[in-house]
Amino acid sequence: MVLSVTDQGIYCAAGDFHIDPWRPVDRALITHGHADHARPGHRAYLATHAAAPVIRHRLGDVRIETIGYGEPRRIGDATVSFHPAGHVPGSAQIRVEVAGQVWVASGDYKTAPDGLSEPFEPVPCHGFITECTFGLPVFSWAPQAQVMADIDAWWAANAAEGRASVLGAYALGKAQRILANVDAAIGPILTHGAIEATNAVLRAQGLALPDTIQVTPETDPRDHPGALVLATPSALGTPWMRRFGPASTAFASGWMQLRGVRRRRAADRGFVLSDHADWDGLNTAIRATGAETVLVTHGYTAPFRRWLAEQGYDAHVLSTEYEGESLDTPDPTEEAAA
Amino acid sequence: MKRFAALFAALDRTTRTTVKTAALASYFRSAPDRDKLWTIALLSGRRPRRTVTTTALREWAAERAGIPLWLFEECYPVVGDLAETIALVLPPASRTSDEPLGHWIDEIRALAALDEPARKARILDAWDRLDATERFLFNKLITGGFRLGVSQKLMTRALSQATGVAEPELAHRLMGDWTPDSVTFDGLVLTRDPAADLSRPYPFYLAYQLDDEPAALGDPADWRAYWKWDGIRGQLILRGGEHFVWSRGEELMTDRFPELAAARDFIPPGTVLDGEILAWRDAAPLPFNALQKRIGRKSVPKKLLAEAPVRLMAYDLLEWRGEDLRDRPFDDRRARLDALVAGLPPEAPIMASPPVAFQDWTALAAERARARDLGAEGLMLKRGASPYLAGRKKGDWWKWKVDPLTIDAVMIYAQAGHGRRATLYTDFTFAVWDGPALVPFTKAYSGLTDAEFRQITQWVRKNTLDRFGPVRQVRPEHVFEIAFEGIQQSPRHKSGVALRFPRMARWRHDKPASEANTLADLKDMLAQYG
Repeated sequence: MVLSVTDQGIYCAAGDFHIDPWRPVDRALITHGHADHARPGHRAYLATHAAAPVIRHRLGDVRIETIGYGEPRRIGDATVSFHPAGHVPGSAQIRVEVAGQVWVASGDYKTAPDGLSEPFEPVPCHGFITECTFGLPVFSWAPQAQVMADIDAWWAANAAEGRASVLGAYALGKAQRILANVDAAIGPILTHGAIEATNAVLRAQGLALPDTIQVTPETDPRDHPGALVLATPSALGTPWMRRFGPASTAFASGWMQLRGVRRRRAADRGFVLSDHADWDGLNTAIRATGAETVLVTHGYTAPFRRWLAEQGYDAHVLSTEYEGESLDTPDPTEEAAA
Repeated sequence: MKRFAALFAALDRTTRTTVKTAALASYFRSAPDRDKLWTIALLSGRRPRRTVTTTALREWAAERAGIPLWLFEECYPVVGDLAETIALVLPPASRTSDEPLGHWIDEIRALAALDEPARKARILDAWDRLDATERFLFNKLITGGFRLGVSQKLMTRALSQATGVAEPELAHRLMGDWTPDSVTFDGLVLTRDPAADLSRPYPFYLAYQLDDEPAALGDPADWRAYWKWDGIRGQLILRGGEHFVWSRGEELMTDRFPELAAARDFIPPGTVLDGEILAWRDAAPLPFNALQKRIGRKSVPKKLLAEAPVRLMAYDLLEWRGEDLRDRPFDDRRARLDALVAGLPPEAPIMASPPVAFQDWTALAAERARARDLGAEGLMLKRGASPYLAGRKKGDWWKWKVDPLTIDAVMIYAQAGHGRRATLYTDFTFAVWDGPALVPFTKAYSGLTDAEFRQITQWVRKNTLDRFGPVRQVRPEHVFEIAFEGIQQSPRHKSGVALRFPRMARWRHDKPASEANTLADLKDMLAQYG
């Protein structure tokens, strides 16, 4: 086996390193900066040039080496390289080759381009470790342009009625994806502090985002009529939000596909926008790798494995700590599910 | 269907009732009459008869989606709604349709006369002509359980805004035994004379639960107290030599309770009584499960009639000699009711709920404490001067229930909920100790906050010992206080008891599983309260 799972995480014995480990290790290869993949406490980190600034921002003073997409690097008896996963800016799939056997750990990925993240590239391999957060055929995403047009229309209608539009979106990835794709001419854009901090990191590395105004205790919403307010999901429904008065509220998440979850959130609108692959995306990505062995993790693993097995793959469930049991809760306040 | 789908989308995307009312009122101003009628019908719980089995719908949807049936079945509990699951797995439609809601309802009803292959062809054709929202609604029309987040009250208000007919009058017009085929919009909503329809009930006046102490209600002299019985709230209507029995859920139940026909022998036509239908014997109510056996039966076998005879425990008199008394003070209505009932012979199936006398609130609290011994749920408090209003209203009527019984139990099975609780584990089975074994005795699925359900869901996922279809057996670790209104012997349950209205009162984080109650505790409660 090129890759296996230990108590610490996905492990490559030939190179003596872990991928996205959940307990402290000596050498960690990190797919992207979300908290369940980039954890504190490892002795050395390796991530893409584009992912490293956010990881530093979140984990503080850690030892990170960086690497470009597609750049091979020898670690022990393994050769590794990072390839775009299309999940968030800087996110990567990690390719590991040992003695001619190639395995790829996908981290989180989405196959459709979002105008901000480096677009997903299929990487041919023998074994593919895939997430399946939305690994059921009820999940199917509309084209991004359509979702953004819906968000624009909602925002414009609220602005015309003199109401703020408060949109809950995860601070890394989703928020910037929305920023980069909405029609900023509709009105001012205010941001929650956690989102603005990530904006600053990404702007500093050269990503083009429209102008935003961070919400502070001094912010008076009357100075910004018709604003779009980007909030972290956990800030919705809290006192932080009350300053905006009778605002229209919305969430942007793949889970908004489900009416029950939408109603439970008690937001006015739910926009179906995910940074993970939908059912077709997962199936297309897996086919494109040409892999014979597929290990599924992180989502609806049991049915997705059975489906893949019926399609002729050697499919297994890989139990990881970012595996579905804790993270497939369709609660948009949790970053891995956003 | 496009107009109806737009209405649905507008209702579904807001939580504000003013916006919902406006959307609905606008629909009622512009939709074709037949669609309006069907919309009123659907929003008041009337729907076309089911013409396709859900099994067939599942199979056809999976086949059309190109997925195995087992995968469809995996999706259903995640989505939590069959109509929605089907709408989501199907490929996009290749055509569109401009036909109105009424057309699709006719289409669904027409399936009854067709054989299975023809039904399938018609359904597949419909799925291919409806967009995602329309398709969901079409499926909902077949499977039922239409919840649009619109109460009947809100619907009545919107209809009132659109037509100018006052809300209470509309509420009355919309009651009773009509279908969209039996009436016109004009006849039902705009010009209907409820008096012309002998069977028509009045909208029920419903009380809120009293959460504060009754002292907040003011001078006890202004208030009357009556026992609150646990049966089926209903209206007995005697008009034109006939009689009709309506449940609060607006179901006509005349044939289920043939005993009440005898009322015609003693009470003149032009009388409407509001009360509680109870299984009653030897001057006391039988437990609710005795009545339960009667509810499901459209015709009642003799044996059951003898085992669980019913009576009407009257609370109020709404109509007397053909005159609507609802605007008169409760004291007046009640005096007439008492006079009426006093003249009845013992064999008449009608009683008046006896008043509970009290001088002050403390004395009434002491009476309330006796309720369980009498087989009552608690007290009803009514202001002597109150009119009989329509719907649930605060102020003049309150229900003051006895505190529930409680027992601490261990959660042993969990199942995901439906609708807005889809993907959350919300339906639990609880057990008490019998020696070293845990004996399941009740299910409960309400009482926790959404945050608690999310927390327990996380835990269930990590602590599943075994799976039986959608049910997960979990580590017996968490203790919940189960509250319930009554306890009965039940040979159908492993524990030997059945609870009335069980729910989770709180999550006992402070108690380990070993300290939960025992089957012996439960049996003691049965002996005392059963």
